[in-house]
Amino acid sequence: MIRDITIGQYYPADSVLHRLDPRVKVVCTLLYLISLFLFKSVPGYTVALIFLGGCIKMSKVPFKFIVRGLKPIIMLLMITVIFNLFLNPGGAILWSFWKLAITEKGVRTAVYMAIRLIFLIMGSSLMTFTTTPNELTDAIEKLLKPLNAIRVPVHEIAMMMSIALRFIPILLEETDKIMKAQIARGADLESGNIIQKAKSMIPILVPLFVSAFRRAGDLAMAMEARCYRGGDGRTKMKPLAYKCRDFAAYAVTIGYVIAAVLIGRNIPFQIWFF
Amino acid sequence: MSIKLEHVNYIYSPETAYEKHALRDICLEIPHGQFVGIIGHTGSGKSTLIQHLNGLIKATDGTVYYDGKNIYDEGYSLKELRSQVGLVFQYPEHQLFEVSVLKDVCFGPHNQGLSEPECEKRAKEALELVGFPEKYYDQSPFDLSGGQKRRAAIAGVLAMRPKVLVLDEPTAGLDPKGRDDILDQIARLHSQTDMTVILVSHSMEDIAKYVERIIVMNKGSIMFDDTPKKVFSHYRELESVGLAAPQVTYIMHALKEKGMPVSTAPTTVEEAADAIMESLKKENREIL
Repeated sequence: MIRDITIGQYYPADSVLHRLDPRVKVVCTLLYLISLFLFKSVPGYTVALIFLGGCIKMSKVPFKFIVRGLKPIIMLLMITVIFNLFLNPGGAILWSFWKLAITEKGVRTAVYMAIRLIFLIMGSSLMTFTTTPNELTDAIEKLLKPLNAIRVPVHEIAMMMSIALRFIPILLEETDKIMKAQIARGADLESGNIIQKAKSMIPILVPLFVSAFRRAGDLAMAMEARCYRGGDGRTKMKPLAYKCRDFAAYAVTIGYVIAAVLIGRNIPFQIWFF
Repeated sequence: MSIKLEHVNYIYSPETAYEKHALRDICLEIPHGQFVGIIGHTGSGKSTLIQHLNGLIKATDGTVYYDGKNIYDEGYSLKELRSQVGLVFQYPEHQLFEVSVLKDVCFGPHNQGLSEPECEKRAKEALELVGFPEKYYDQSPFDLSGGQKRRAAIAGVLAMRPKVLVLDEPTAGLDPKGRDDILDQIARLHSQTDMTVILVSHSMEDIAKYVERIIVMNKGSIMFDDTPKKVFSHYRELESVGLAAPQVTYIMHALKEKGMPVSTAPTTVEEAADAIMESLKKENREIL
């Protein structure tokens, strides 16, 4: 039932990308995302495609999983494409009806926007596929460490994030169990108007909240029992340390960004295919 | 009101990285009125199996028949099935939500569309059946002790007057006395009514005393399906899959190995005592 929803969509595999330091993955993904907005031309996107394709190939994540990540944004994609298609005056008019007109510029912008969005989602989901949520929070904690100087409680924020992430699947499972238990007692969760539906959620929400608070209490107790007292002077069991491959990954990504920007912005490319 | 499973397979999260084949080709028939125990190691598929019995999860492959009818047929009322096959989950007290015990137990009958007085009548009946003290009927279920919560939750399912009662580890997390009380109560329920009772557990000791048939699950398949005595005679195989026969079985086997002419069949302490006494009497007679 509800089990099929995955938020942290980590795909376990043994690949170079999985083994990279999570900081590298976060920073490189950011660089890649920014690079997509620095150019607007076919050769630029070709370079981006090669880079993205190479990363997907290296990650050993099946391609269909990455495509599946695009499903939730199909609507957004359609809306973006349609708006760009019709609301971009300029260039030769290809087709017109009443006040709406599709121009050459409109087609071009629409296609570029679609490519950008697709590359954006694929790139960032590749990161979440190859990085566990815990690694991700570790990386964020380490990367935001300088903010400690201006009294941002970085460690505490990271700890809250990792606890929250850790508890999403647990609470989902709990919800699933409670739903099944109430359905077994004849609860009807689907039919009825909106008020009846809201009412039918009570038998699920009350036990869920009770159990969430119980778990929070237990966890706090367990943390205190192990002398947890915040981030000061706390060391890590697995400290993040850069290895050769991490520097190589930085180098490759920076190389990609430079190449993509140079090719994407400077070389004029007039061939337009459709 | 028999339940019949034919070649049931179930796969969790198919076609993802977390795919898990939880049930493999399960064929099973449980006639009406039987007291059945399902035993298996953690992850052997027993909880998955029982959720098929009232249609909470749909088999990836295979069919489930209740009372001769295929429950996956179009137009088959799963709601009706669920009021006939009552399923008590593990830690059922986690499903309590109402302001008072009585109201919570009324939830099931209420969903069956019964009138308020009828709901209350059935709820009181169910609470009595599980031996829940009347003075706590109007208390908040969250203020009860662990054992009482468990009773209230089991009553919540019993109040629907199911023809089949399925209990998933009803004694998990209870102290020995609470455990015995609950199991005795369930056994009494089975003898007083003509309900089919299916008891899921990973403890042989719990089950051996009560059930007339044991189904042993291992890695999603049925390993043994027989009377307790016959199942426990395979105690070495049971050990190899992380289960154990009741301690009595081991004692009887050890006695026999040491040369005492006892039967190895007893599965409960009482039966074992009788068997030992009998063999002692026999021996004495020979000596005399």
